[in-house]
Amino acid sequence: MTDNALSRLLSSRDWLLADGATGTNLFNMGLSSGDAPEFWNEDEPDKIRALYKGAVDAGSDIFLTNSFGGNASRLKLHEAEHRARELSRLSAEIGREIADAAGRPVVVAGSMGPTGEIMAPMGSLTHARAVEMFHEQAEGLKEGGADVLWVETISAIEEMKAAAEAAGLAGMPFCCTMSFDTAGRTMMGLTSEGWAEQAAKLPTVPTAFGANCGVGASDLLRTVLGLSNVGGEIPIIAKGNAGIPKYVDGHIHYDGTPELMAEYALLARDAGATIIGGCCGTMPEHLEKMRAALESHEKGPRPSLDRIAEVLGGFSSPSDGTDDAAPQPERTRRRRRRA
Amino acid sequence: MADEEEDIILSELDDDELVQQMHDDLYDGLKEEIEESVNILLERGWQPYEILTKALVEGMTIVGVDFRDGILFVPEVLLAANAMKGGMAILKPLLAETGAPTIGKMVIGTVKGDIHDIGQNLVTMMMEGAGFEVKNIGINNPVENYIEACEEFDADILGMSALLTTTMPYMKVVIDEMAEKGIRDNYIVLVGGAPLNEEFGRAIGADAYCRDAAVAVETAKEMMARKHNQLAAG
Repeated sequence: MTDNALSRLLSSRDWLLADGATGTNLFNMGLSSGDAPEFWNEDEPDKIRALYKGAVDAGSDIFLTNSFGGNASRLKLHEAEHRARELSRLSAEIGREIADAAGRPVVVAGSMGPTGEIMAPMGSLTHARAVEMFHEQAEGLKEGGADVLWVETISAIEEMKAAAEAAGLAGMPFCCTMSFDTAGRTMMGLTSEGWAEQAAKLPTVPTAFGANCGVGASDLLRTVLGLSNVGGEIPIIAKGNAGIPKYVDGHIHYDGTPELMAEYALLARDAGATIIGGCCGTMPEHLEKMRAALESHEKGPRPSLDRIAEVLGGFSSPSDGTDDAAPQPERTRRRRRRA
Repeated sequence: MADEEEDIILSELDDDELVQQMHDDLYDGLKEEIEESVNILLERGWQPYEILTKALVEGMTIVGVDFRDGILFVPEVLLAANAMKGGMAILKPLLAETGAPTIGKMVIGTVKGDIHDIGQNLVTMMMEGAGFEVKNIGINNPVENYIEACEEFDADILGMSALLTTTMPYMKVVIDEMAEKGIRDNYIVLVGGAPLNEEFGRAIGADAYCRDAAVAVETAKEMMARKHNQLAAG
C-alpha cells in the first residue's frame, strides 16, 4: 500500500496537479442531461479519451476516470445496476491508455462517487451493502488498470468508512475527499477538522485526503485550512469549483476565470494542500493557468481567511464550525428525558 | 443540561409545559415521547388541528430555523422529522374526520436525468412538518410526470430539485411546457438544489429559488398566504 504510482510521485514532488471537471467537460461535448456519463465509456470512448487527454495536455499529474456514478445504486436509475463493474473497468482502461501515452508519469485515479442513499439507521442503506457496492466498483477500476481509487464528493463519514473498507478488500491504495457545502460543513454536519481527525482513523489509511466540490473556491480553501490545522501526516487534496454556476443563454457557465483559478491553486498550496485540482466548471484552460502559476511561484505563507476572501471572494457562511463563532442553539432545553 | 437525570412524567405537566416539552422532544428527535404527548393532549380534549399547529408544527419551525442557520444538520433534522411523523400518524385519521383545513398541497420531484433525492426528501419532511400535504414523485422525472402529478393531486405548489449543473436546465423545459399548455400560473413553482441560485430561478421563470428545506417551507407559507389574499380580493 505504501508504494504506488501516486505515492512515488508524491515523494518526488512538492505539489501535484490533479484534473478539473468531468461533468462540465462532457456536457460541453454533447452529453445530454438525461444520460449516465458512464455509458460513454462504451458508446463514445473517443470523447472520454478527449476528456482525459484534455487534462493531461493541460499538465495534470493525476486524472479521474469517468466512473463517478458507476456504482450499482446510481446506475440502477438507468436500469444498468448490473454494469457497475464493467463500466468502471472501461473507464479505467481508457484512462490507462491515455496515461501510458503521456510520456511522463500520470496517475489514473478511479473515481468513486456517493451512492446517493442515506445510510442506516437514518436511511435504508446498510454498511454491508454499501461496502459491497463500492467493492464491486473498485474491482472494476482495478481490472481496468487504475493506479489508485479516488472516492469523492462524500457527505457522510459512514459512507466514507464503507468505501475505505472496500478499497482494502480490493487491495487498492485510495484517496478520499468530502464535499463541504452546508455552512462550511458536509451536508451531514461534519466539520473540516472533524474530517481530518476521522480520515486518519479510516479502516484503510488513505494515500491523500481532502475536499472537493462544495460551494466556491473560497469555501474550499477555508476547508483546506481546517484540514491542515489538524496537522496530520496524510497529504491534503484541494479540488474546488471554478467559481459559482451562472445560467447564461440556456447553458450553465461557471464564473471562475482561468486567472482566478491560478490564484486559487497558489492559495491552496499555501494553505497546506499538496494535490491541487478543480471540480465543476474547471476546464483545460483553467488547468494550464494553474500549472503555470504553481511552477512559476514559490510556496507562500499560510493565507488568512481575509486574504482568501480578498483574492477569491467571500464565504458562503460566516463560520464553518471550527471556530467559536459557530452558531449555537439559542433555547436552553430543560433536559433530555434520557441520554 | 442532561447532567441530572430528572425523571419527567409527561402526564403531570400542565398544557403549556407539555407543549414546551414537545418542542424540546421534537428538537431532540424523541419519537416515543412525542407520541405519548400527542395522546395525552387528545385525552385532555385538545382538537387534533390544535395539537398539529401548536405542538408539532411550531416545534418543527424551531428545528427548521436552526437548520437554516447551520446549527442543526441533516441527521438531527431526520430524527426530528421522524418524531414528528410518529405524532402525525396518530393525528392524521382524526384530522380527516374533523375536516380540518389543509395548509397547502405540493408535488415535488427531481428533474429528468438527476437521481439525487436526499434534498427533496428533506423538503418533503419539512413541508409535512409544517402541515403541508406533499406528493413526492421521486427522481428522474420528465415533464409529463410533473404535469400529471400536479393535476391528479390538485397541487398548489410544484417543487423541482436538481443536484447537477447538467440537469438543472431541465427545470426550464418543465416551466416552458406548462406555460405552453396555459397552466403555468395555476401553480407556485419553487426550485432548489445545490448548484442553483436566485439568479437561475429568475432566469428560468420560477416563482422562487429556495436555498434549503427551511427556506422552502417559509417561502411556501408566504406564497400560499399571498395566493389566498388574492383569491379573497379577486
